[in-house]
Amino acid sequence: MSKRIDVSGLTAYYGSHKAIDDISMNIEPRTVTAFIGPSGCGKSTFLRTLNRMHEVTPGGRVEGKVLLDDENLYGAGIDPVSVRREVGMVFQRPNPFPTMSIFDNVAAGLKLNGNFKKSELGDVVEKSLKGANLWNEVKDRLNKPGSGLSGGQQQRLCIARAIAVEPKVLLMDEPCSALDPISTLAIEDLIGELKERFTIVIVTHNMQQAARVSDRTAFFNLAAVGQPGKLIEIDDTERIFSNPSVQATEDYISGRFG
Amino acid sequence: MSTAAVAGKRTSTLQGASLPKWSPYAIVGGSIVLGVAIGLAAGLDSKVQWGLIAGLLYVFGTYGIAARVEGSRQAKDRVATSLVWVAFVIAVVPLVSLIWVTISRGVKVLDVYFLTHSMGVVADSQPGGGAYAAIIGSLEQVGLATLIGAPIGILTAVYLVEYGRGRLAKSVTFFVDVMTGIPSIVAGLFILSIMLIFNMEPFGFAGSLALAILMMPVVVRSTEEMLKLVPNELREASLALGVPKWRTILKVVLPTSIGGITTGVMLAVARIAGETAPVLLLVFGNPFINNNPFEGAQSSLPLFIYQQYANSAGANAAYDRAWAASLTLIAFVMILNLVARGIARWKAPKTGR
Amino acid sequence: MDISTQTTDAPPPTPQPGIAEQKRNARGATRAGDRVFLGLSRGSGILLLVIMAAIAVFLTYRAALAISRDHGNFLTTFEWNTNVIPPTFGVAVLAFGTIVSSIIAMAIAVPIAVAIALFITHYAPRRMAGPVAYVIDLLAAVPSIVYGLWGALVLVPHMTGLFGWLDDFFGWTGIFSWDGGAPRSMLTVGILLAIMILPVITNVSREVFRQVPQMHEEAALALGATRWEVVRMAVLPFGRSGVISASMLGLGRALGETMAVATVLSPDFDIHASLLNPGGGTFAQNIASKFSEATADGRDALIASGLVLFVITLLVNGAARIIIQRRAEYSGANA
Repeated sequence: MSKRIDVSGLTAYYGSHKAIDDISMNIEPRTVTAFIGPSGCGKSTFLRTLNRMHEVTPGGRVEGKVLLDDENLYGAGIDPVSVRREVGMVFQRPNPFPTMSIFDNVAAGLKLNGNFKKSELGDVVEKSLKGANLWNEVKDRLNKPGSGLSGGQQQRLCIARAIAVEPKVLLMDEPCSALDPISTLAIEDLIGELKERFTIVIVTHNMQQAARVSDRTAFFNLAAVGQPGKLIEIDDTERIFSNPSVQATEDYISGRFG
Repeated sequence: MSTAAVAGKRTSTLQGASLPKWSPYAIVGGSIVLGVAIGLAAGLDSKVQWGLIAGLLYVFGTYGIAARVEGSRQAKDRVATSLVWVAFVIAVVPLVSLIWVTISRGVKVLDVYFLTHSMGVVADSQPGGGAYAAIIGSLEQVGLATLIGAPIGILTAVYLVEYGRGRLAKSVTFFVDVMTGIPSIVAGLFILSIMLIFNMEPFGFAGSLALAILMMPVVVRSTEEMLKLVPNELREASLALGVPKWRTILKVVLPTSIGGITTGVMLAVARIAGETAPVLLLVFGNPFINNNPFEGAQSSLPLFIYQQYANSAGANAAYDRAWAASLTLIAFVMILNLVARGIARWKAPKTGR
Repeated sequence: MDISTQTTDAPPPTPQPGIAEQKRNARGATRAGDRVFLGLSRGSGILLLVIMAAIAVFLTYRAALAISRDHGNFLTTFEWNTNVIPPTFGVAVLAFGTIVSSIIAMAIAVPIAVAIALFITHYAPRRMAGPVAYVIDLLAAVPSIVYGLWGALVLVPHMTGLFGWLDDFFGWTGIFSWDGGAPRSMLTVGILLAIMILPVITNVSREVFRQVPQMHEEAALALGATRWEVVRMAVLPFGRSGVISASMLGLGRALGETMAVATVLSPDFDIHASLLNPGGGTFAQNIASKFSEATADGRDALIASGLVLFVITLLVNGAARIIIQRRAEYSGANA
């Protein structure tokens, strides 16, 4: 059920500041696409334009087109709330709702739409937690608060929460940057499994991670601090890391700057 | 959903039918018109009811229309939005009314004469007279209360932040919180119970003592917040130079936070300046000018307002004086507030995060 | 704050400083300065405790005097006759009136205050939020006597229409029946108190809502929540205990408010089923109204009623503080 994304001419602003400039790319369904680049290059901002979260930030606005299977997310009459149901998101820091139990956290998105029987809800929660490789660790304490879990578990709980509503696309904004190596590995394995069902876009600071998990990699850069970020190139991950077509990409990957 | 189906090639999941942008304004307008119409038709003479009817129509109208067009989740969202706006309007109406009435009725007799003369031989039901004695009384009582309350409050805050550990500090913190909630009339009764023991007559300073009690916890709280904002590095830097702790506090900590402390004290002054109940019990009120706060009944502005209202049997002249005194009091309190905020902004800790 | 622990934990409550400290502060002048300053500041803290204790002791003492002379039952008598011998008085009517007016005030003020706090933090256009918050602050700064004057001269006349309407539709309940007298009743008092405590509750709630971590709201948004659903999922659960304690603070204010009630209410010493007919009284209002004509015995009786008010507000405020503290621990654990 995953969908393709076609971005054309996308520019995003914070107030009068242009954060990213004229970005176009295509993202295939059932792939993992990684965004890499130095801090401030706009890769997170770009990610947030893909489910209309950018405009939540005060002063945030967007020009250009994002097509989700031929439908423009920024077209007239599009409801951003529906967009976010189709395009789920996992954040940098794990953010389970602190006042809800593990079960309620996973069910939170489902409950928004109401018409669920208690038993159905339980099935979906179990399926989602299994999908996030968390079921075995939490099945005995579903009614305990989610904030009692470890950081890595919390992040997988957030993934379970995101996939419970069956989105078509899953956006991940540096999902492992707050986690230890073992939890990171667990999430990376999970990403490999999830791409069978979802189109995954992941922002990462860690180039090894991009190389490990992604099929395609996009490199973003900015000319100088205060300048808008730009897409330098997007290509198969293997190519980006072995033989990129732009010099700047090679410089960045080989650690000559950034 | 039919509109969406027509618009797209196929039924879209992203496209919800939605109300046009102007619809909330249209619903507001419609509700007000209907509310007024219903009010007129039913012969309701109270504008309050017109407003209530319009507000209800707005909330239910929003829900009905949104539920039909956009579905129930969006309808709930819109109702929440409309309720929040209605609540805001409800809160603003009394404030606007209060400010408007106070100003429009207060300016009638508020002039230099009013501020420089007293009620002395003027009967409460007669026009003339003024609030001079009350203003003098207020200034003296509030001034004395500040002289007592502010230093004790600031020192207590210094103790809590710079020294306070252990059970004493904990209980002081707790009772400062509790003290914040003491009704002003209870503070008045406390001083009164002492005065009864010694058979004392009302006098200005007794009021000051009650006001000081009301002031202390407010000053402690605000000063505490300000002292906590002073970065520890500053203290450590000074202590590392071998400066003793008390001089560190006096020369480094307090000067750094003096702006915020001043703001807190001024806000506390503004608060006690409007207190009536303890003054009523302890200072009693006096139409004549009494410059001595340590002997004999005095007046004060809030008390003057109350007595002009309560003792005049509905004479308009007295009400006019009450409004004029209210305007004077509000102006005083507001100026204190504005200046305090100005100081807070101007003296904001430069060493902050 | 670590630096202060070293020097403060050391001195025991006795004036004798620890030996370690004596050695550290070898220079006499330094030590004297520190001791004087510590003494002054600690003395101020202790003074506050003494004042609190003195309030309780003196009020209790005078109240005991009054109650021992009371010919009626202090808790149940429906009468306040203190200027006769023997005096007869009881606080039942006052307790009833105080609680009823405060409940009305809370029922009106809490939902509106929460809504306004949400308006400022989550709904208002950004340019509007600042000024609105400022206006609410100003509302808090208006002295209560001015509210009282406004309530008596402006609000009361505006209530007749509403009262007539309530009587027409809900008069059959008894609670809202109205015999057409001046609307100087418990309901009017409750509405005025609601207006007065609104800023208190709004300001505290606003601070709590503002502290809701952005990431929790974004989590809800990313699940496809509407704005109201974000508020319900992330904001209200996080702010609930804060709102409760804010309400308790507001309640404390409403319980002790004197002048606004004294100017608006037309009191009598009875308990009425109807909220619309004048009558009843509150602790604070009764003290202010009866004080000027009270004899020495009468004043003691008023002090006794003040003691009851004092205890009630202590309980309410103490509960509010405990809730706030629990919340501080709880949110700290999740930070």
